[in-house]
This record gives sequence, C-alpha cells and structure tokens, in this order.
Amino acid sequence: MRYLPLTDTDRADMLERVGASSIDDLFVDVPELARLDGPIRDLPMHASEMAVERHMSARAKKNLAAGDAPFFLGAGAYRHHVPASVDTVIQRGEFLTAYTPYQPEIAQGTLQMLFEFQTQVARLYGCAVANASLYDGSTACWEAVAMAGRVTRRKRAVLSGALHPHYSQVVKTMAQFTGDTIADAQPSIQTEPDLEGLTSRIDEETACVVVQYPDILGRISDLSKVAEAAHAKGALLVVVNTEPVALGAIKSPGEMGADIVVGEGQAIGVGLQFGGPYLGLFAVRDPKHVRQMPGRLCGETTDAEGKRGFVLTLSTREQHIRREKATSNICTNSGLCALAFSVHLTLLGEQGLRELAAENHRLACHAADRLARVPGVSLLNDAFFNEFTLMLNGKPAREIVRELADRGVLGGVSLGRLYPGVEALEQALLVAVTETTTEEDIETLATEIEALVKEAGQ
Amino acid sequence: MSAPNKSGWKPAMNAAADGMHNGPATTTGNRALMLEEPLIFEIGHAETTGVDLPEIDPTAPNRLAGLSRAEPIGLVGLTEPEAVRHYTRLSRQNYGIDLGFFPLGSCTMKHNPRLNEKLARLPGFADIHPLAPQSTVQGALQVIHELGDWLCKLTGMPSVAMSPKAGAHGELCGILAIRAAHTANGNPREVVLVPESAHGTNPATAAFAGYKVDNIPATPEGRVDVDALKARLGPDVAAVMITNPNTCGLFEKDFRTIADAVHEAGGYVYCDGANFNAIVGRVRPGDLGVDAMHINLHKTFSTPHGGGGPGSGPVVFSEALAPFAPLPFVRKHEDGSYDLVEEEQREVSRGQAFGRMTAFHGQMGMFTRALTYMLSHGADGLKQVAEDAVLNANYILRSLEDILHAPFADSGPCMHEALFGDKDFGGGLSTLDLAKGLIDEGYHPMTVYFPLVVHGAMLVEPTETESKASIDQFITAFRSVTQRALEGDETLKQAPYYAPRRRLDETAAARKPKLAWSEPEE
Repeated sequence: MRYLPLTDTDRADMLERVGASSIDDLFVDVPELARLDGPIRDLPMHASEMAVERHMSARAKKNLAAGDAPFFLGAGAYRHHVPASVDTVIQRGEFLTAYTPYQPEIAQGTLQMLFEFQTQVARLYGCAVANASLYDGSTACWEAVAMAGRVTRRKRAVLSGALHPHYSQVVKTMAQFTGDTIADAQPSIQTEPDLEGLTSRIDEETACVVVQYPDILGRISDLSKVAEAAHAKGALLVVVNTEPVALGAIKSPGEMGADIVVGEGQAIGVGLQFGGPYLGLFAVRDPKHVRQMPGRLCGETTDAEGKRGFVLTLSTREQHIRREKATSNICTNSGLCALAFSVHLTLLGEQGLRELAAENHRLACHAADRLARVPGVSLLNDAFFNEFTLMLNGKPAREIVRELADRGVLGGVSLGRLYPGVEALEQALLVAVTETTTEEDIETLATEIEALVKEAGQ
Repeated sequence: MSAPNKSGWKPAMNAAADGMHNGPATTTGNRALMLEEPLIFEIGHAETTGVDLPEIDPTAPNRLAGLSRAEPIGLVGLTEPEAVRHYTRLSRQNYGIDLGFFPLGSCTMKHNPRLNEKLARLPGFADIHPLAPQSTVQGALQVIHELGDWLCKLTGMPSVAMSPKAGAHGELCGILAIRAAHTANGNPREVVLVPESAHGTNPATAAFAGYKVDNIPATPEGRVDVDALKARLGPDVAAVMITNPNTCGLFEKDFRTIADAVHEAGGYVYCDGANFNAIVGRVRPGDLGVDAMHINLHKTFSTPHGGGGPGSGPVVFSEALAPFAPLPFVRKHEDGSYDLVEEEQREVSRGQAFGRMTAFHGQMGMFTRALTYMLSHGADGLKQVAEDAVLNANYILRSLEDILHAPFADSGPCMHEALFGDKDFGGGLSTLDLAKGLIDEGYHPMTVYFPLVVHGAMLVEPTETESKASIDQFITAFRSVTQRALEGDETLKQAPYYAPRRRLDETAAARKPKLAWSEPEE
C-alpha cells in the first residue's frame, strides 16, 4: 500500500520486540463482541491512484462549475479571481502539513503569518484586535452573540431581519441550549433596511444588536445611529460582513461604532468549495474586550536572545486550560484558509483591494441597470455594493433559477430558497456580480430572464 | 529526513557542540539558509500591488449610499515575486510532516497524500457554489452521501451528520442532539460525566450546551473506574463523554458494560472519536453501544492540518439520536438523484432536528480529500492503518519504557499512542526541556502536559506512515535526550539552540499583549 512504509519483515521484527505473537495480541482489550473477522464488509478494497482519480473525477464532472457558466450567485459566498500564487503558497508542505503552533520555536512561519493576518483583518474591519480566525462567518456570528452576553451580562440578542438566514438559524439553534433570548425578524422588501424598527427593539435587557453590512438583500446603510441606539441602552453593536471585498469601497464597521465585527473571509483567497472550508473573521473595536474573545490569538514577544518572535497567547481563555470555564469550546481555527486570505490580501494591498472593489461595483451597477430594463423586472436597491435584489413579476424566483440552470445559466439565489414559505419574498432574486463576471454574462442573464418572465406572463 | 538504508550513509556531525555559533556575526542577521523575514507591514507599500486591475475612475458614479471609504485602510501590498519570497521564507521557519517525524499525540499527524489535494481542486468540487441549483451539483451531493455511507459502515452506526466544522464542533453537535432527545422526553437533565483525562474540549462543550460537568474517576491502570461511574449514574445524568481509545493510549475494555449501564439509567453515550485512527477498519464503535461519536477527518482520514485547521468533524448517531441530528443533510432518492434536506423539509427528520450548526453544508473540501483517502486505502488498507499505527506505538513504548517512566506500561498493550511521564528527571529539568531538546535533534516534539492525569505527560503518536527505520532513529534520539534529562544536563534548559528562535517569552506576551502590528511612533 503506497502510504504504508512498514514491510511484513518490519512488522514481524516489531511484534517480536513488543512480545506479541500476532497483531491480534495488541487488540486483546477489544471485547469479543466487537472483534471482526476481516475487513469491514460492503466497502471496496484498496485502489490505485488512477482508479481513485477516475472515481472522483466522474463525480466532479456531474457538477456545473461556476467558471463554466454565466454565474451570479452570492448570498454569503462569492466568486473572485484568486491569483495563482495563493495556491502555490498554501500547498507548501511547511504550511500545509504543520499543526497548531504549540512549539513556537519551530512554528514561526505560521505564527508570523497569523500576526500579519490579525493585523490585516483588524484594519479592514476598523477594529483594534482580530483573532486568528474561527470556523466560518455563521459560527463567528454566534460567538459574537455569546461574547456580547459575557461582556454585558445580559442574555437577549436582537437580530436584524436582513441577517443571512443561515446565520440567524445558527444563532437561534445555539440559543435554545444556552437560554439566550433571540429577537429576530424577516427581511422587509424595501429599498432601505428598516433601521428604526430595528433600534426600537433594543431594550435594557439587550446584550447586542446584530446587523449585516451589506445586508442579505445587498443593501448598505449607515449604522452609526444603530450603534448610538445600542450604546444608549448599554448594548453592543455586532456587525456581520459576508463580503470582505466590499470593505475596499465602503466605510468599515468599526468607523461606524461597531463593538464586535465578525464575518466570512471566504471571498478573499479561499474560493467557493461548495460551502467549506471557509474562514470566520472576528474582531473587537475596543482592546479592553480582548480577554472575552473566543479562539486563538497570536501575539508578539521576544526569545531568549532578545529576537522578535510570535506565540499563541492569552490562552487562559481557552478550553485546553480553562476546560468548562472557557470562553468557547473551539479548539482549532481555520489556519490554512487564513493563510490563503492573507496571501491574497497581501497581493492586493491597499491599492489592489480598492481597485478590486471599484471594479466589482462598476460591473454590479452596469448589471443592475441592464437587468432593471428587462420588462417585468425591477431593482429593489437604491444602494448596493456588488449584490442586489431583483423583483420578478409572474413566477416565483425559485422556479426561474431552476429554469435558468436548465439553460446553463447560474442566475442568482432566490430568496424563496433562503426563506421557504414566505410569500412576500417569493418574487425576489439575489444577484451577485464580481470582477469575474463579463458583460457578455450579464447580457445572457438579461436575455434569459426576459424570456422566462415573458413566458410566465403569457 | 527519511532514515538511511543499507548504503551506510551517516549524517555530517557538527564540529563543536555549538557549531552554529562559532562563526562571525552577519550584517543581515541571516545565517545562510536560516533567513530572517520582516512583517509585510515592514516591507510593503500602500501603492504596491501584485494584481493587475483596472484603474479606478474617480468620476464614476457610485451607489454606495454616501458611505465610500475615505480614510486609508492601512493595508500594504507586495508584487508577486516579493509575496512568493516572503511566504516561502516564512514557510522555512515551520516544521511540518513533510519535513520529518511529528509524533504529536492525540493529533494523528500522518502523511497527507497529494492525490487528495489534486482531486479536491477539480473545478467540479472547488468551483461550485453552496446554493447552486441542486440539479447542477449532483456529483457534490453524491460525494457527501458516499462519504457519510463510509463513515456509517466504518463505525457501525446508522446515521451521520456531516456539517460540523471540526472535532469540537462535532462534540457540540453530539451533545446538542443528546440534549434535544432528553428535552423531547420532558427533561434535559443536568450533568455530563467526563473523565479527568479527557480533552479540554469535552468539558467546554458540555458547559457550552448548558450542562454541569462532573468528573469520572480513573483506575490506577488508566481506564474509567466502572464501579465509580455506575455509582454516579442517576436521573440527573444526561450523558457520559468517553474517549476510546482513551487519552492514556488505552482501549476502554469495559466500554460496552459502561454503555449498558448508562443506557439503563436513561443516559446517552458520547464517544470522542479523536483517537479513531487506532481502531479504524478493525473495531466498529457501534458494536460498543455508542450513541454519538465525532470523527476528525483531519486526523484519521488525513486531510491536512494546515497549521491549525480547517478541520472537519462529522458525527455518527445511533437510531435513538438520529432524528435529532442537525440540518441540512443529503438524501438519496430511489432514482439515484440526491437532494439536500434543509429547514423547509425538516419533517423528513421526523421534525425533531435540533437546528443548524453552520451556514451551508459542511467542509466539502475536506470531504473530497477524506473520500479520496478512504477509496485509496479501502476496507483492507484502513484495517492495516490501525494495525500499523498501533504496532508503531507499542514498539515505541517497549523501546523506551526501560529509560522513561511509562505509567501505564503494565496495563496491557497501548493503542496508537504511548504515554510517558517525567519521573526521575534530574537537575530540575522538565518535560518542556526534553521537548525542546528534541527540537534540536530535528523532531517535532510529542504532545506535552496532556493528559493532565500524568505528571509531566508526554504523549507520543507515531501514526502508521512512519517506517521502522524512521522510528528506530527517533527512538535513538529520544533515548539520548532522555538520558540527558535524567542526568540533569543543564544545557537542556536553554534548548532549542538550533531552531529559528530560542525559547520565547510567553509570560511577557500575555502580560502586555501585542496582537497587531502598529506603525512605530515618530
């Protein structure tokens, strides 16, 4: 077997050394009833590289890759061009096959990268401190709610109706078990989000208010007033961002007064990957909150010769030290995805990120105008970054999306899929446009939607 | 380095004990191939970029609600050659499995086959959107379903939840299902029993799920004290969480008896599957009475550890807990098509799914790698994996027990890891000193100070992907450093000498945390 270096001679010699007559002697503690008489049945035997490649490729070919079709999906996962050197770097064995930097003297590569990553994320979010990453945006969102509870010693969270529904599901799932009260809502189909309605739900019991920026419908609005309203009641503002490229064009959540900023980092460097692994970003604006943060933190220090070096720090918050009193049960982070994010963002730099954001916005404006000209289609948003909501007349958007797929167009995410059974949202189609979208793709989408909407109207 | 064959190759030895420090100081701070590297913020510029994009048209209209970012973000860029060099230089300050033996106990640092990397990058897997119309991602859903089927068959369990993002997330998934099942019966109960030797994530998870944590005592031979456990069971106990094989490296031989007693008392059995590599393909946890168990795909099924994640922690469930498993999951239809069961079809899981643990459907990139690995090994190869992993660990245990305190050496064979303690070290030397000495010998140290039940614990997990020659070489090095520790060799206190950094001051790092770079004050 190509991954197993022991030879039969080795095995025999080693068994002799350990005083066992056969390998079964080493499994003597397994009770009789759980012993098997051979390899587990109903599973295939070992296979060559070539055979495995054939098996997996056959499955890959059944999927329509985003790069092979006009593609407009977003809703928390965005397709951007990732420079070739990102993958080259993350495939270096020293990064790929390392583990958590428990021995910092031989893990400075990972640690320095994490320190750089933390600085990049903090600056992008307008915050003081970011951690070394969490699993993904949705779990980071729950961790923010939990942290706000620790900081304020309150157990009620107010969720904006325009928070990604998977994120609110995760928060509500966890809250069932922790006894937190979650006040959530559904998005209202309006040009602008109902921030007054949101702030009116904040009370003296509220630990935090959670707002997505840009929101699930692609809308962007000034959150300073929400921050003021939250702070007036002693609550924290948690801002969720699922498209970090947007922050190359619009104000950071920290600038608007967010206390905790969390998000999904996938759009930079990581790729779509059918939903995972992704990259949870987590930052706080005020350094005094650092000791309530979940997850790993990398910090600067010096070695015995006075040279600068980096270590994991403040680990007394974490499960391996604090056990049942830890700030979170999280053990790992999303290290390799953090590296991909950091390399991509380093290649972009300040200038590249701003240019990338501008290009996304330019194409999105063009697409929104073009699609809004299709008879039976209207544009909901006044403001957006690279994703907006279209209202389609006639047929539920969900059916249109399926029919577009049959015509080889990946035409967006229907709100019907995200909010099943909510009639008011049935006509809404969420369309994302990035630098990977061509004007020809936009034209194709417009033409196909026009045909389908017309068909539905007849 | 791979161990030498019969050619008689010998390493070149340093001329003097401190051979690396004999030469003159260098002006760059570099020492030949040992290269210093500044932070990106110390070499990059705001106006430098490694990506060619259209220039910004400042007159272009925008629809950003007047929220355009006016202030600098504070990022810096590097061109591609600079970036590639920066990260390549950083990478050389890291130890990885590709460089050498990495016996980090409980972490299963085995070789990561490159076929897995190649296939995970096929556009049909890497470039598909999680919310793409399901007719366009049938192959991806098939992979998730197939992997789930392998996991069920390998564990002898009827059901699996694929979405948990890592081991600790899987633990949480299991405990939440248990809580949901109890709640459906009218009472969530109050306590989860956890052995002292457990991973810290176990008590943290139970607490996160709203449970009180009580300790299960251990016997002197390093296993769960069955009588004490039975005496503690009662209507307040929601579940026990037991790692099997346990963190002392031993198989819990009374697991079935424990499980029966827990079930009798109306509780559930959570098995921490972190150590599944020892028994994969040879023992099915379902046969031992497990109700829920997470599987770390990044350990047993060799998805890369990546410097600390991403992991992946699917959870297998018994019939009793299956209805409470979280959404979404993949369902196969009779016509061979697949679909995702999400919130709108929750009745498919009898309406009792406890909720959703994450956006989308789990760590697809890890699923493709793990399935590739399973197909490569097959049922026969996976059985061999467990056997070789266990044989390698026993070989290490028996090759070191004469010189190093092995507290459970008389408890029978170990499983996939060998546990030692720091008894009899001289001159105030500790496990940490020995670990740093191993770094100088070119090894990544074992896990240290875990489990907590052994003083100065050293947990050595060789995995099955080391050759006998490689293990022999490690044993020789380990014995020599151990000898120095027993003799109280003072020089160990300052080790490592030859790593990119000497010992780092962790106390100072925590006292005045510096967690981000900032521009030096003028």
